[in-house]
Amino acid sequence: MHEYPITEQIIKIASGKAKENNARSVTRITLVVGEQSGFIGESIQMYFDIISKGTLCEGAVLEMENIKAKWYCPDCNIHYTRQPFSFACPDCGNDGMPTNIGKEFYVKDIEIETE
Amino acid sequence: MAEKEIQVVQNIFDENDRIAFATQEKLGKMGVFVVNIMGAPGAGKTSSIINLIRQLSENKVYVIEGDIESDIDTVKLKELGIEAIQINTNGACHLDAPTIQSSLDGLSFDKPGLLFIENIGNLVCPAEFQIGEHIKMLICSAAEGSDKPYKYPLAFEKADVILLTKCDLKTYVDFNDEFFLKGVRALNKTAPVFEVNAKTGQGFEDVAGWLLQKKG
Repeated sequence: MHEYPITEQIIKIASGKAKENNARSVTRITLVVGEQSGFIGESIQMYFDIISKGTLCEGAVLEMENIKAKWYCPDCNIHYTRQPFSFACPDCGNDGMPTNIGKEFYVKDIEIETE
Repeated sequence: MAEKEIQVVQNIFDENDRIAFATQEKLGKMGVFVVNIMGAPGAGKTSSIINLIRQLSENKVYVIEGDIESDIDTVKLKELGIEAIQINTNGACHLDAPTIQSSLDGLSFDKPGLLFIENIGNLVCPAEFQIGEHIKMLICSAAEGSDKPYKYPLAFEKADVILLTKCDLKTYVDFNDEFFLKGVRALNKTAPVFEVNAKTGQGFEDVAGWLLQKKG
């Protein structure tokens, strides 16, 4: 449910860009999806197949580049993947801080077919 | 026929965020401070709003109640004389900026004051969408357990203020203060944490004072 309006938005962005470039159709859309973005690729794909019908994006391949979430330790100046139930840096054991790595959610590029 | 790759790099939230910013700006100019209330079902979101309104009696308060179904909370608020409207999402797990923008006509905004928007009871999606708020208030009850920052980090990371409700239940549910606060602080260095009890009203005076200061 959560992914439905977001998938509409993806189709809108891709179709808009395709029209600007006089495309006949969109053949591929690459999405960058961070692990912490809260969106699930399979769910977007499911809605995409339904909503894209009759649009320039119908039949397009949806490619996803997934990005793992990273935390940052200012003491050790390193990025790390946190363990469940802990925010601790693996080197010094102090709690680090969240970063924006893993929160990405954007349309990276599209491939279009022109006449 | 030719194939061509086109760079896009457009954030999928852009349109939502643009509308959210317009709402925030419009209400801000009218002197209305917008608080997005997030929290799990049963955490005490409506009870906290009612307690805060009691404390903010000098100020005009508006409420938008988000719910999947029903208008139980809106009826309760209207009975107390509070200007409130209902949004039913019919299944959607969060409110978004277009929904809030289109519902604003339902409120008078005849005076400056505060608008509380009670988001859908859910600790996941509400944290991901801007809706036009000036601040996000996270309501978290002691009864939910002290592990919530570790399980729903984004909600705690995005909160501007955190209310720990039902604090009278702490001893009954083995609430671990140290574990809870350690998680909160790892995710969020600045948000104040207020301990409150909606049954007795304890702690809400301090929250209201903080809100008014933030409102400016």
